[in-house]
Amino acid sequence: MRRRVEAIVFAALIQALPATAASPTPDARRSGFDFMTPQVQAMQRDDALNPAMLWVKDGEALWNTEAGSSKRSCAGCHGAAPSSMRGVAARYPAFDEPSGRAVDLRQRINLCRVNRQRADALPFESRDLLSLESFVAIQSRGLLVTPSGDARLQPALERGAAWFRRRIGQLDFSCAQCHDEHSGQRLGGSVIPQAHPTGYPLYRLEWQGLGSLQRRLRNCMTGVRAEPFPYGAPELVELELYLMQRAAGMPLEVPAVRP
Amino acid sequence: MARALITLPRTAKRGEVIEIRTLIAHPMETGYRPGEDGRVLPRDIIRRFSCHYDDGGIDELVFSADLFPAVAANPLISFCTVATASGTLRFTWEGDNGFSQTERMAISVT
Repeated sequence: MRRRVEAIVFAALIQALPATAASPTPDARRSGFDFMTPQVQAMQRDDALNPAMLWVKDGEALWNTEAGSSKRSCAGCHGAAPSSMRGVAARYPAFDEPSGRAVDLRQRINLCRVNRQRADALPFESRDLLSLESFVAIQSRGLLVTPSGDARLQPALERGAAWFRRRIGQLDFSCAQCHDEHSGQRLGGSVIPQAHPTGYPLYRLEWQGLGSLQRRLRNCMTGVRAEPFPYGAPELVELELYLMQRAAGMPLEVPAVRP
Repeated sequence: MARALITLPRTAKRGEVIEIRTLIAHPMETGYRPGEDGRVLPRDIIRRFSCHYDDGGIDELVFSADLFPAVAANPLISFCTVATASGTLRFTWEGDNGFSQTERMAISVT
């Protein structure tokens, strides 16, 4: 039923699309936080109310736990996370030399696990991986998104920008059509945010749990009836890269809460 | 052991009303939802939460709540009590499948 309502709304949106529409100017950029109800905002503001802190605490424990045949923990190499991981989440995705491509934060954590700790990679969206990612990311809370500006990322960044504007799925929608041209308006009962990924991994009330940016992107793709890219696909990382570039200069609010 | 987060003031004045917030990681599976194979997932919820205040004399039940399938995952329970004397607050969550967890927090009352 809900799907059908969404389809009708999408159809209505297609007819309402203006001939030209511009991206929000940098000054007009707003976090998804601004579009939420005061109740959900209060959940995010106070760590004692924010259920994502349950994952952060798990991540802190994992950070100090030895893993794999190296018998080393994250802390064994990186030391105290508040200093060594400060600002890391603000500059990812970054260029990975050995593979020659962009990797996001959770892929970096898994590369570290496989290559340094000699442990098995954690599955995407597993509780352990989300916990570690949220613990690393919270060290950058309040810092501004500062993409690395690495020239080797330029092709991936351009592909990400192209994905953002490319119409996909049975509903034939691009990310930009909703999040650039119609942000602030409503889709069904919900406000369309501007899609700035400043709070991931975040606790979504609809999910009743923590989820990554890739989960959110795949959600949107399913919403427009496209086949979502699998977790870890280069296309999703390219989109993440572009979205972080688009949100450059905005403060990180990890771990966020969203409806 | 589920992860639990308890927020309360470390110190309080005698007779002061203190606010206590508890969060616990729990799926709170309702028992009404179908799983990926189409079968209804068995209910798995926390059924009861209680808080006892042991201030050196009596171990008093100061707050309790019954929880039902409509409560969301990772339930947050927030309540107030009066700080009577220095002691220990004991928090217990009990539920389906033998779920039982107890946490203790000390409070110093001046």
